[in-house]
Amino acid sequence: MTKLTRLVEVRTKILKENDVAARRLRGRFHDHDVFVVSLVSSPGSGKTMLLEHTLAMMRQRGQRVAALVGDLATENDAARLGRANVPVRQITTGTVCHLEAEMVETAMEGWELADLDYLFIENVGNLVCPATYDLGEDLRLVLFSTTEGEDKPLKYPTIFNTADVTVITKMDLAEAVEFDAQAAERNIQAVRPGMQLIKVSAKSGFQMQSWLEWLEQRKAQFCATPT
Amino acid sequence: MHELSIALSIIDIASEESRARDDAVILAVHLKIGRMSGVVIEALQSAFELARGETLLADAELVIEDVPVMVHCPKCNCEQLADSVQSLCCSVCGTISPTITQGCELEVVAMEIEPEEQLQ
Repeated sequence: MTKLTRLVEVRTKILKENDVAARRLRGRFHDHDVFVVSLVSSPGSGKTMLLEHTLAMMRQRGQRVAALVGDLATENDAARLGRANVPVRQITTGTVCHLEAEMVETAMEGWELADLDYLFIENVGNLVCPATYDLGEDLRLVLFSTTEGEDKPLKYPTIFNTADVTVITKMDLAEAVEFDAQAAERNIQAVRPGMQLIKVSAKSGFQMQSWLEWLEQRKAQFCATPT
Repeated sequence: MHELSIALSIIDIASEESRARDDAVILAVHLKIGRMSGVVIEALQSAFELARGETLLADAELVIEDVPVMVHCPKCNCEQLADSVQSLCCSVCGTISPTITQGCELEVVAMEIEPEEQLQ
């Protein structure tokens, strides 16, 4: 007796479930005009520091902001961000090296989106895995600090390619570590031609005002875009 | 190591397909993995070996098509291979080409199955 072997077509995206959840989230955010910004970077590049200052300054400017922060373990970052007196929730992933759309959905439960203008999502510190997962955000920022070396974009091209804008952090240390801004820019443009670059220092306040103004402009554009 | 999550998703998708076909035995799963997808093929193979254990895919193999990055070259005005994932330039004329047309795939394309023998 001959065994029957059949080749059947499947044609399914491996991350279909995540994509469906992300689409659902994006729809909900858009319905309530909540501008969602996610941050990805390697550990220690200053995501929490930038967010801590951003949340506090935006609140002072009368913006209604909230944040979700992902880490493998501890609630330390949520405690830090909570100092800005805005709603903050920690997503503790355990062994998972990235956030997924459903984690965002679960973490937001009970929040009234109508009470928010901005939601920031700080991903787990990792320049590889978060690249693959859509979280329903409207803007994905990849951060890299002046202390990390100018060739980060070449080493992790996918994350730079899936992000919309690069934010170079710790500009206050640029001179001390002899950060070569031109080389960094060249590398970013090689992996993602045309990518916008923002330079800030949350610690010294360098370019923080223009960073906030830029965010507000992006939100205005987002609100003016029909779904 | 998100390849383990990816392997689990592949197992879910394939198992669902098998159940929809009278629990057909799965011999192989064909995938397309783009070089810009963020998934490392070797790591995915190892993760799959670990994850398939007691599942319907215990004896299945992964057949993976490694999809190179292609871009739309504005100068050649057609699709060309990119220099590399580190350099989104046309590999033919060197023009900077930001639009990726291929290489981000993360897809289950097909399955080889052996339908359950029907009792006569």
